[in-house]
Amino acid sequence: MTVDRSALPAVGPDPAFLFPRFEGHRLANGLEVRVVEHGSMPIVSFALVVGGGSGSDPGGCEGLMGVVADMVDEGTGALGAIEVSEALANIGGDYDVEVGADAVVLTLTTLARFLDRGADLFADMTTRPSLRAADFERVRQLRRDRLRQLKDVPSAVAERAFLRLVYGSHPYGHLSIGDESSLASLPLDQVVQAHGAAFRPSNATLVVAGNLRGGELLRAAERAFGSWQPLESNPLMLGADQAVSAGARRRLALIPREGAAQSELRIGRLAARRDTPDYPALVVMNAVLGGQFVSRINLKLREEKGYTYGARTGFDWRKGLAPFVLHASVHTAATAEAVTDTLHEFEALRGERPVTPGELELAKASLTRGYPQSFQTVPQVARAIGQLALYRLPDDYFTNFGPTIHAVTIDDVTRAARAHLDPGTLTMLVVGDQQAVAAKLSNPEWPALEILGA
Amino acid sequence: MSPAASTLDLPFARRRLSNGLDVIVHEDHRVPIVAVNIWYHVGSKDERPGMTGFAHLFEHLMFEGSQHHDKGYFPPLQQAGAQLNGSTNTDRTNYWEVVPTSAVDRALWMESDRMGYLLPALTPERFETQRKVVLNERRQTYENRPYGLALMALMAGLFPFDHPYRWPTIGDVPDLEAMQFDDVREFFRAYYGPANASLVLAGDLATEDGFELADRYFGDLPAGQRPAPVHAAASLAGERRLVLEDRVELPRLYLAWHSPAMFAADDAELDLVADLVANGKAARLYRTLVYEDRVALDVSASQQSRELSSVFVLAATAAPGKSLADVAARVDEALTELAANGPTDAEMERARAQVESNFLYRLQTVGGFGGKSDQLNAYNVMRGEPGYFAQDLERYDSATQQSVRVAAGRYLMAEGRVALSIVPRGQAGSALPGSEPISVS
Repeated sequence: MTVDRSALPAVGPDPAFLFPRFEGHRLANGLEVRVVEHGSMPIVSFALVVGGGSGSDPGGCEGLMGVVADMVDEGTGALGAIEVSEALANIGGDYDVEVGADAVVLTLTTLARFLDRGADLFADMTTRPSLRAADFERVRQLRRDRLRQLKDVPSAVAERAFLRLVYGSHPYGHLSIGDESSLASLPLDQVVQAHGAAFRPSNATLVVAGNLRGGELLRAAERAFGSWQPLESNPLMLGADQAVSAGARRRLALIPREGAAQSELRIGRLAARRDTPDYPALVVMNAVLGGQFVSRINLKLREEKGYTYGARTGFDWRKGLAPFVLHASVHTAATAEAVTDTLHEFEALRGERPVTPGELELAKASLTRGYPQSFQTVPQVARAIGQLALYRLPDDYFTNFGPTIHAVTIDDVTRAARAHLDPGTLTMLVVGDQQAVAAKLSNPEWPALEILGA
Repeated sequence: MSPAASTLDLPFARRRLSNGLDVIVHEDHRVPIVAVNIWYHVGSKDERPGMTGFAHLFEHLMFEGSQHHDKGYFPPLQQAGAQLNGSTNTDRTNYWEVVPTSAVDRALWMESDRMGYLLPALTPERFETQRKVVLNERRQTYENRPYGLALMALMAGLFPFDHPYRWPTIGDVPDLEAMQFDDVREFFRAYYGPANASLVLAGDLATEDGFELADRYFGDLPAGQRPAPVHAAASLAGERRLVLEDRVELPRLYLAWHSPAMFAADDAELDLVADLVANGKAARLYRTLVYEDRVALDVSASQQSRELSSVFVLAATAAPGKSLADVAARVDEALTELAANGPTDAEMERARAQVESNFLYRLQTVGGFGGKSDQLNAYNVMRGEPGYFAQDLERYDSATQQSVRVAAGRYLMAEGRVALSIVPRGQAGSALPGSEPISVS
């Protein structure tokens, strides 16, 4: 049989997508529990979303919530850190904790036959951690040592410095690991206090997902978490509630890294909040500009110029004002050119070269048609439902994502780019070899180069 | 059989097209997507000294266009909602797309076009750009990353200069710079035919439709060659101590041993040993080095299973103020103890529970690296048995305290190993005593 190779096969209509239906319940202690039947393998996942992440660290205590989250598997009741680790291994448990700017998300995945053991262990760890001094000292020291190692990782140096540049002293202005001076002086009672303030039934959502009946999942959650009672504590400060402004001027900064083979670039600004009505237009804008392989910036910097292994843009969404940033590691000799090209692409999308109908269609198709792939596994679905709770999004949000994206127009994208991508207020950061790149970074159209410490 | 093994129900069907292409179809109708996964049995092991980096650079060129679609591979597939990628290692090169069911024709058209008709679209300009991209990838992933050159140095220490596992898959810089366009074309002719490939379709399609589609798009491509299998042996007499200065804050020790090939006797046992010593806080080395004595910040271990032979690698970063000699002494003590007395019942039970569950966790997706389609291909290419799932897990179920003890003794107590110290620049003295400097290009 001979194939017609004169044209690509057409693609059929968009597949229908329905996000798995879940049920919400509220336990007597105020904990919201969401259960969902999902998956074909005998696997269950618990995801606990706790409000208040690194954006709740008070000034001088940067890294606090990261330590709190780290202490969750360091002992509970009669179990020490080693015994917790053994208990997790005995049920084939995959335990994970992510500390975001607005929330801590803890996940435990285990085999369905360990539903009750998994639920009990997860509840003990998260709601009644021992928070012992010896474990705290060890965890804190490991994090300080980790910080020291991160000084050698250019991408980590850039992430950290970029947040500080755009947020200043705002609680969003640091990574969850914090910094050397704050970790060094962090007292244990702050950790106990912060755990009590954040880990409360009324400030958390528990998602239980798996290929068991919803009733069974709910029963396990109730049994394990029903007795959780909040401790007395001070109210929790939230980064999202603290005022911050987008910055009024352009900045260009360099962190010297002698002899670096590549320059790590970050170019961006504080752009929008997760609840902005422009969200769908911004998601499409990002896909066109730098969110995927075929985006303008990657095609320019990688496929046309060969400056880099890859360049991407993205939003680091938060409840409060969130950054939109280009990330790339480029050949040292191409540093200034890569900055110039990126600025051109940012600017062009705002009017001179607006998104074309073809680009718009490509961006929408790739955002929506591949969407069901993000919800295959049990932990993926559990975390996704947790995100809905965190950002207060409606239950049918994922099901409606496709239609919402399809409604975005070229004008919407141009308008969103004009509103949120002002090139006059971009912060440009280079981590690279000062001797090799500084002279070429002096450009009459750019601000004077600031040299920063690492 | 373990409870998990009994739930491993992955029905599939396999046929071989007349040109030698293996086609495997697995139905899973839960999500309206199809995974297309193709393995070419070629990797950096098929290269020669002085001409390294071909297999990987070639993978890049497969995304630059083919005769009937003479431009980028990504746009028509991303427009169809596909996720896609490829990767190269020592033994094989794989490519995959996960597409909505309605786009499976397009994915197969494109995969078959680049299998059959790549060379007419391959230009010197495209080759030059991707050579630059790969050099950037090398700088970003290896040279500009702390400890990023460790594996290269270990392999150079473990293998003689002409052994197929001696050089890194990404290639040596002088070789990448010297690579000729014509050699790249020759590489395609030698390795990229249907006879050297295996295709899996997994997901929302009927088995017969899958075979029909595979035959329609790939059936008329010329078979190409089936390259001769590569054979090579390596051994090491005594301990080789090496030191590499790098832009790092703290010294790290790497220990590496030759070990049995993927699926050979003791491969699963050494995988269990890696878990026992370094996976989780209760693991022996984590517990002594990091938790109790605090001489190290981290410890990791892995049995890196490969086709010709494997390598067991253990690494630990010294805590500030602690020496690599402290670290090495405790590691040796723990390995000696394991080889003498074997693991406890409780340790075996934990390790098996982890292996079992990780096995199931991986099989939740039809596509992508490590999903069902990739695993079916791995078993087909490396074992000739796509449905090797239960037997694979059985290797771990049938391991005993005795067999783990014996494997640890036989391989990790061996005379020959490489001990690589990666130390901060200017501090060669913090390496293990007697280490010779090594440089990697």
